[in-house]
Amino acid sequence: MIAETQEVIPALEVHNLSASYQRKPVLWDVDFQLPQGKLIGVVGPNGSGKTTLLKNIMGLMEPDSGYVKLFGEDLEKVRHRISYVPQRESVDWNFPASVRDVVEMGRYRKNRLFKRLKAQDHQLVTEALERVNLLELSQRQISQLSGGQQQRVFIARALAQQADLYLMDEPFVGVDAATEEALLELLTEMKNAGKTVVIVHHDLQTAYEYFDWTVLLNTRLVAAGPQESIFKKELLQEAYGGRLTVLSKIGDLMARKDFPARETGFKEKEGLGDG
Amino acid sequence: MSSAGFYIMATGAVIAAACALLGSFLVLRKMAMVGDAVSHAVLPGIVLAFLISGSRGNLIMLVGAAITGVLTTVLIELLHKKARLQEDASIGITFTWLFAIGVILISSFTGQVDLDQDCVLYGEIAYVPLDLLYTSSGTVLGPRALWVGGGLLLLVVIFVLVGFRGLKISTFNPEYAKALGISTAFWHFSFMGLVSLTTVVSFESVGAILIVALLVVPAATAYLLTHRLKAMLLLAVLFGVLASVGGYYLAAALNGSIAGAMVTVAGILFLLAFGYSRWENSRKA
Repeated sequence: MIAETQEVIPALEVHNLSASYQRKPVLWDVDFQLPQGKLIGVVGPNGSGKTTLLKNIMGLMEPDSGYVKLFGEDLEKVRHRISYVPQRESVDWNFPASVRDVVEMGRYRKNRLFKRLKAQDHQLVTEALERVNLLELSQRQISQLSGGQQQRVFIARALAQQADLYLMDEPFVGVDAATEEALLELLTEMKNAGKTVVIVHHDLQTAYEYFDWTVLLNTRLVAAGPQESIFKKELLQEAYGGRLTVLSKIGDLMARKDFPARETGFKEKEGLGDG
Repeated sequence: MSSAGFYIMATGAVIAAACALLGSFLVLRKMAMVGDAVSHAVLPGIVLAFLISGSRGNLIMLVGAAITGVLTTVLIELLHKKARLQEDASIGITFTWLFAIGVILISSFTGQVDLDQDCVLYGEIAYVPLDLLYTSSGTVLGPRALWVGGGLLLLVVIFVLVGFRGLKISTFNPEYAKALGISTAFWHFSFMGLVSLTTVVSFESVGAILIVALLVVPAATAYLLTHRLKAMLLLAVLFGVLASVGGYYLAAALNGSIAGAMVTVAGILFLLAFGYSRWENSRKA
């Protein structure tokens, strides 16, 4: 019985959340729940409030109204179970730090900030670096990394946190195709280990393939649910308005998915290359 | 070397070292101009505390001025965030206004006492050896400014050592620090409080105009030469000390302002580092 009730606790509940920048509403009455153990995309056009949603979940912004529960609790109670991966552009990569320095920040805690990291912390940092394949570069200065490598540094830092829920803001931006594939593999591994991963993603075309669930956002919540229930013409049109080129491309993509016998060659790859 | 010369250099060195440590984080936080603003805006705090307590260099004066400094950063942020003014404009308004109030206070209320405008603007480190501390039995302990500066340096070193991780994470990625539950406001205000305190202590020696050079130039020089935060802090201290020693000898040779010479040497060191890093980069490429 107990095990069953634990299963049902959603990883994330957002209740009637509204938020604004300078009185301009960015999120309006957004309300949804996300299950544990899934790979979930937050998708919507530019300026649809995706990043704002993550910031509100992480308490980095005061919402105008509404509240958020994580694993059925307030953020403060479960902070150690949540890991946030900000956008890569949000920091100055010329900061004098090595790859390892940044990943070690994943082991910083409020009440242990004055103490040295323990051997176990260093072990977790090494493991995290290994998982994103950056161990050889661990002493490199972070400005000397490619965009994809910098993104992997952020993900390693999140991994070192040993969380259960990961909130990632655009982890695929500025990442080459090979890294994107490797990242996706890592995310799937995390999901299989029971972690919940929520990803803000701007590319509708790849979103359909990458995630199990999607939150479709355009200031208001358009829909949230498993892929099949979200990728419908009416819903996508509601989120993206009349941008039919996007929609017809998605239609193509879905058709190809549904009928895998159709020719798949570099053409499809080309379509996926965005970002 | 005369003991007066040694006292001047030593006082300059401890102040420059404290400034270099804090200045490194100012530079990395892209707040160099906030440091400039604070160094000017503490003036009314200093004058008010001086008028109330009637003497310079006591604890009330230090604390009063440090509070003004933190208030400045709050005011800048308030204008920037609430009035939606650009950050540089907020800085420009805040510190000139506070500084102007300080200038008025000095010129109209402190005419007869020992706090003159030249000293406030340019500092006078050459007077340091004149204000000595004695033990009760009459032994010379050294200049008061050296002791105050030394105490400040100790405080800054302890703060940077103990708070190293907190300063590092809240400087590099404040949002992530917040997500971990770390109070970036605590780090911001304790850091800015210490910057204000440093500014006030350094005031008499190098003055309001040149103090920002000690905060920024050695730190910027070190930033060009290393990719490690710890190395940057150590190098910045080294450059700060070199600037004050070199500045003393330059001033002695030219018979000019010591504070001016210190900053000139710091600038020359920066140019050398800039040339070196350019050469180093072109060699690698």
